Amino acid sequence: MSLIHETDFGTPPSPSAQMVTLEIDGMAVTVPVGTSVMRAAAEIGTKVPKLCATDSLEPFGSCRLCLVEIDGRRGTPASCTTPVEAGMKVKTQTERLAKLRRGVMELYISDHPLDCLTCAANGDCELQDMAGVVGLREVRYGYEGHNHLDAGKDTSNPYFTFDPSKCIVCSRCVRACEEVQGTFALTIDGRGFASAVSPGGTDFFASECVSCGACVQACPTATLMENSVIEAGQAEHSVITTCAYCGVGCGFKAEMRGTEVVRMVPWKDGAANHGHSCVKGRFAWGYTTHKERMLKPMIRSKISDPWREVSWEEAIGYAASEFRRIQAKYGRDSIGGITSSRCTNEETYLVQKLVRAGFGNNNVDTCARVCHSPTGYGLSATFGTSAGTQDFDSVMQADVILVIGANPTDAHPVFGSRMKKRLREGARLIVADPRRTDLVRTPHVQADYHLQLKPGSNVALLNALAHVVVTEGLVAEAYVAERCEPMETARWRAFIADPRHSPEAVEAITGVPAADLRAAARLYATGGNAAIYYGLGVTEHSQGTTAVMGMANLAMITGNVGHEGAGVNPLRGQNNVQGSCDMGSFPHEFTGYRHVSNDAVRESFEEVWNVTLRGEPGLRIPNMLDAAVDGTFKGLYIQGEDIAQSDPDITHVTAGLAAMECVVIQDIFLNETASFAHVFLPGSSFLEKDGTFTNAERRISMVRKAMPPMAVYADWQATMLLSNALGYPMNYRHPSEIMDEIARLTPTFAGVSFARIEELGSIQWPCNDKAPNGTPTMHVDGFVRGKGKFAITEFVPTEERSTARYPLILTTGRILSQYNVGAQTRRTENVVWHEEDLLEIHPFDAEYRGIADGDWVSLASRAGETSLRAKVTDRVQAGVVYTTFHNPETAANVVTTDFSDWATNCPEYKVTAVQVRLTNHRSGWQDRYAALREETTRIVDPAAAE
Amino acid sequence: MNVRVFVPIDAAALSVGAERVAVAIAREAVARGVAIDLVRNGSRGLFWLEPLVEVETPAGRIAYGPVTPGDVAGLFDAGFLGGGAHALALGPTEEIDYLKRQERLTFARCGIVDPLSLDDYRAHGGWKGLETALTLTGAEIVEQVTQAGLRGRGGAGFPTGIKWRTVLNAPADQKYVVCNADEGDSGTFADRMLMEGDPYSLIEGMAIAAIAVGATRGFVYIRSEYPHAFKTFSAAIDRATAAGLIGASVMGTGPAFHLEARLGAGAYICGEETSLLESLEGKRGLVRFKPPLPAIEGLFGKPTVVNNLVSLATVPVIFEKGWQAYRDFGMGRSRGTLPIQLAGNVKRGGLIERAFGITLRELIEDYGQGTASGRPFRAVQVGGPLGAYFPESLLDTPLDYEAFAAVKGMVGHGGVVVFDDQVDLAEQARFAMEFCAEESCGKCTPCRIGSTRGAEVIEQIIAGESVAKNLVLLDDLCTLMLDGSLCALGGLTPYPVLSALTHFPDDFDRSAAAPPARAAE
Repeated sequence: MSLIHETDFGTPPSPSAQMVTLEIDGMAVTVPVGTSVMRAAAEIGTKVPKLCATDSLEPFGSCRLCLVEIDGRRGTPASCTTPVEAGMKVKTQTERLAKLRRGVMELYISDHPLDCLTCAANGDCELQDMAGVVGLREVRYGYEGHNHLDAGKDTSNPYFTFDPSKCIVCSRCVRACEEVQGTFALTIDGRGFASAVSPGGTDFFASECVSCGACVQACPTATLMENSVIEAGQAEHSVITTCAYCGVGCGFKAEMRGTEVVRMVPWKDGAANHGHSCVKGRFAWGYTTHKERMLKPMIRSKISDPWREVSWEEAIGYAASEFRRIQAKYGRDSIGGITSSRCTNEETYLVQKLVRAGFGNNNVDTCARVCHSPTGYGLSATFGTSAGTQDFDSVMQADVILVIGANPTDAHPVFGSRMKKRLREGARLIVADPRRTDLVRTPHVQADYHLQLKPGSNVALLNALAHVVVTEGLVAEAYVAERCEPMETARWRAFIADPRHSPEAVEAITGVPAADLRAAARLYATGGNAAIYYGLGVTEHSQGTTAVMGMANLAMITGNVGHEGAGVNPLRGQNNVQGSCDMGSFPHEFTGYRHVSNDAVRESFEEVWNVTLRGEPGLRIPNMLDAAVDGTFKGLYIQGEDIAQSDPDITHVTAGLAAMECVVIQDIFLNETASFAHVFLPGSSFLEKDGTFTNAERRISMVRKAMPPMAVYADWQATMLLSNALGYPMNYRHPSEIMDEIARLTPTFAGVSFARIEELGSIQWPCNDKAPNGTPTMHVDGFVRGKGKFAITEFVPTEERSTARYPLILTTGRILSQYNVGAQTRRTENVVWHEEDLLEIHPFDAEYRGIADGDWVSLASRAGETSLRAKVTDRVQAGVVYTTFHNPETAANVVTTDFSDWATNCPEYKVTAVQVRLTNHRSGWQDRYAALREETTRIVDPAAAE
Repeated sequence: MNVRVFVPIDAAALSVGAERVAVAIAREAVARGVAIDLVRNGSRGLFWLEPLVEVETPAGRIAYGPVTPGDVAGLFDAGFLGGGAHALALGPTEEIDYLKRQERLTFARCGIVDPLSLDDYRAHGGWKGLETALTLTGAEIVEQVTQAGLRGRGGAGFPTGIKWRTVLNAPADQKYVVCNADEGDSGTFADRMLMEGDPYSLIEGMAIAAIAVGATRGFVYIRSEYPHAFKTFSAAIDRATAAGLIGASVMGTGPAFHLEARLGAGAYICGEETSLLESLEGKRGLVRFKPPLPAIEGLFGKPTVVNNLVSLATVPVIFEKGWQAYRDFGMGRSRGTLPIQLAGNVKRGGLIERAFGITLRELIEDYGQGTASGRPFRAVQVGGPLGAYFPESLLDTPLDYEAFAAVKGMVGHGGVVVFDDQVDLAEQARFAMEFCAEESCGKCTPCRIGSTRGAEVIEQIIAGESVAKNLVLLDDLCTLMLDGSLCALGGLTPYPVLSALTHFPDDFDRSAAAPPARAAE
């Protein structure tokens, strides 16, 4: 193991297919047209000295170290900005060049501290390297001239320090902020010798900076440096792994010192992120060693007892005996399990296997129930696959981007940055969102249309878009005729052409001006490659599945499925939510979305698993909780999931949990659900195990063990222990063996193995004999289901609607710095950006209620009530309020209701009728919560117990 | 018909009181019950005579100057409205030797016409070039400009026709013509004079350029310190557009050409063409690397003609008089005329448009009549703050791009700044570095850090510290800046420094016990 140093080619690769041959220092090299001389040299291992060039950024030509001589040309052109030409003869090393380069370095060092030995970048500094490369031996200017050595440090960002005294003004940070991240927070202030990097005249924290780390990554010196490196020093080896936050699935190099993470650096070869990162993956990994990590198994006979730390054997033995006791007493179906979208594919697979084979029922479900279950259902019904159609890179070919119910710059920041890059290149943008998300107007990006619809009217909006396409003659007729089922198509066209779906007719429902909607539909249908990206703002509705089908209809009718730059793409929330669904986490499906009632499929599992399996679907999470309240469901094994915070109508959730006799929680923290648990099994973070995650583009990437499990066992091992204790043997020696079993049992994974992923870097399923290298774009030669099927998508308004008592509509979402229930990010410095959940309320509604910015307000629905602080903003429309659900103390989900999607039970988080009023105290629920939390998290002191 | 009286509205004339003179004349005329037409013309460019008042008489325009408000009553008394004799009378303007011996093509109308009068412009040959150009294809226009031998008057001397051809041949949905009127060189004023005195000539030239290359939009980037020029030129655009000469269709028959004036960002570097484009796009005036050339990827990434104002304003002449006629002026590969701006320590400063080939000596001694201080001449800097300093021995160098290059100098934008024997060339060399440090955009290292270090090194030389070592270091630095800088600012700063070192080495020799004689005086 050693530190991985990626080759920096200096300038980005040229996309051209046309090749030219030139000569560099007498060696012939053939590269694509448009390649820089610098990159061409790097391709044959010739390193031209450089400081301002790096291959993640467009060439800039400022440092003047990379000057070369070219036969027949005047002067000494910069190799980074000079494109290759056929027959060119380049010299990279001559006496003249050596003198010029030494001259440049002499200038740099005349304004640079001479503290290399005590500098945080010592050993990882390009300036230091270049001084060595050019043979700088003296600085004849001395060090007494004008300089910036007294420039003060900016330590306002919790994760990195800006030390301008070390800055060489190469602008790499500024350019990274612009080109890679697209935030434009940094600039060069002043000019000439006074030129200085500036976060816009303020400090980093107060600036527009989103702390993505791109500037730190780009900095060739110690000017922008991770605090963790300043504190710890350089790492000694790297472990390439996959981020455990959102569904983008960024590749990272965990840079380690022994078993200690020094920093997480985005991996250039990560196919999902191409070397970019966000504040969470890049910096917010401190939770993995947070003092609140639970490292010992614990048990208790009832939840009012304090926890007792016990051995793994005792905890596992207790859990197994309780599950067997409950099944003996209440029946085989009285227990179940919940898989985790935070855990690996292999771990998820084992949990559902344990439930189906070990528990002997199909009572397994996963958190995708509450997020993207409508995606699986809707896309499967129309296209034939329960997943998005594209890879992320596809967005770079899109001409029109329709973002609906998603906030990628906050929730999927690395993909959001890529999308913004494409938009800056000129792609057109339509945003359909009740809230004015940042994407609507952000530096150098402005939506052509922001369709600010009312919450709950997605289906009406999508139908109207399709109506315009069909009635204005914008249908991709040849595509539809070739690719879609003719009968269904005709039926749907008749349906959608009905005037009741016209923009004018639905204007009252959606609140979107008909003219805007028509214009947006025309743009989508006629603007070239049109791509849909959507999030939970689509799925978490009573008609979530219908809306997914509506998008599929729209994409099909315009011929926007099956090629680069188009498609229908869910932005999936969690690191492995795609994978947990793929792995058979739903009660009705085995791996690869095959129904449990399918005899042939079931038999294949029975043969390998050596058991008899049930052919009827088991219980979904809401059914389990209902059954618990009814007294028929008594035991639950939950791996890495916190339903007592994340699921809607918490009062109902906790009532169900409290009614159970054995709840086994496996988690890295004593989460909210653990308050209702009887057995606690300490979990392992993503740094502590091998396995794979599958991201939103169906990409299976390696997760690698960087340190041993802090609590002895990785999660997959703990599940094996439980299974073995229950009498169903599981004896995998390594997660790769689990993947081999998955591949054997799952046609879409048939070509997947750890060895193959290692070889290819990552694999997008389906991967099998037909697609041995995986499938970046789906449905290329036709839909997976055969012919595309238009689904009838009648708009049915939700029953949740504003009333005199609850006149406002609450919708919920996330913000950049926090992640979901916040279990991880709340235990990092990310809290400095977002300490508490806030209620966004429009100035109209605030004024009417006498609410000022920062006031405590009560947020109440028919389900419950909580108190939080108000943020008065016109980002939300009048009549709509918005909050996040990152904090258990706020518990936005106390307020959300039990309404859900008709097809999948995905909760209607996005529409809750509420009232907001000024308050000066916590809600009753919050008081009860505080008391309960206090009582149920006690751990008995082993010394006192004796 | 009323008598026409001309009082310049040119900023140089205003700076010496032309406005007060104009008011005084108007009042005096009213007081005396005399009806006059007071015309606010541009300057003739005879600056030592400003405010230069002219009266139109049957014998032609008679000049009086320099006039102060106190002279006005006396002028009326002397019957100046009829060309009467007066102590300030200079005779017929055209007969003033300084003007008479010029070859005014580009500046033919400047100071003669009412700057904003479309009638005046047309009456003096305006729009003829454009009318001719409208009968030609783009390629034909480009060919004639090439044949005329017109080279960029901004300083680089790049053949204008070749630049246009590149833009013409670059396929694009949008092309631009950009006029660089960010005239920042010390001692230069030709661009300003023309914008204030004959703005339509620039509009006409840009329209021809636009037709030639297929551009439909144009921008004039005007130095922020030129409020009068900006005002006059903006008004000229409005009038030309309202008259249908440009806008939706050039002269009603040609393609569209929309022209806008933009006020510069107040930085010398924005006169560098790529910085100028950045600034026009609303960004920091940061130099771009080339290639891509602006002719291929210029404003907003589109093919763009970027030309100096004088180059563009000369184009109508080529089409009015014919490219052969224009080419007949000049010497060698420097064809046509150059509006030379004579300034600094000189008796008669002003604008001298002459064919290439005139020597520095003729300019300084014949036109300038020697130094203003009356002290002996010592040095002249040609081509702005980045131009070389020449000693007396090089005064016979003809104004010619190649002749200047041969003596490590440059013609630049035609600025000629004269110094007497009190100049300290070591201080001037330091000033060159300081100027570069002040005006550097800060992008490339040789310019950003090098200019500051250069000033420090020269400072040490002046202080007599490690002179020999520092002279070597300065030479190395100059080589680095010449070869390594991204643009001409850093790349040309060594010119004044090295020329000072070459031609005036004594000024750098501070080892002598006694201070230099001139400093003691």
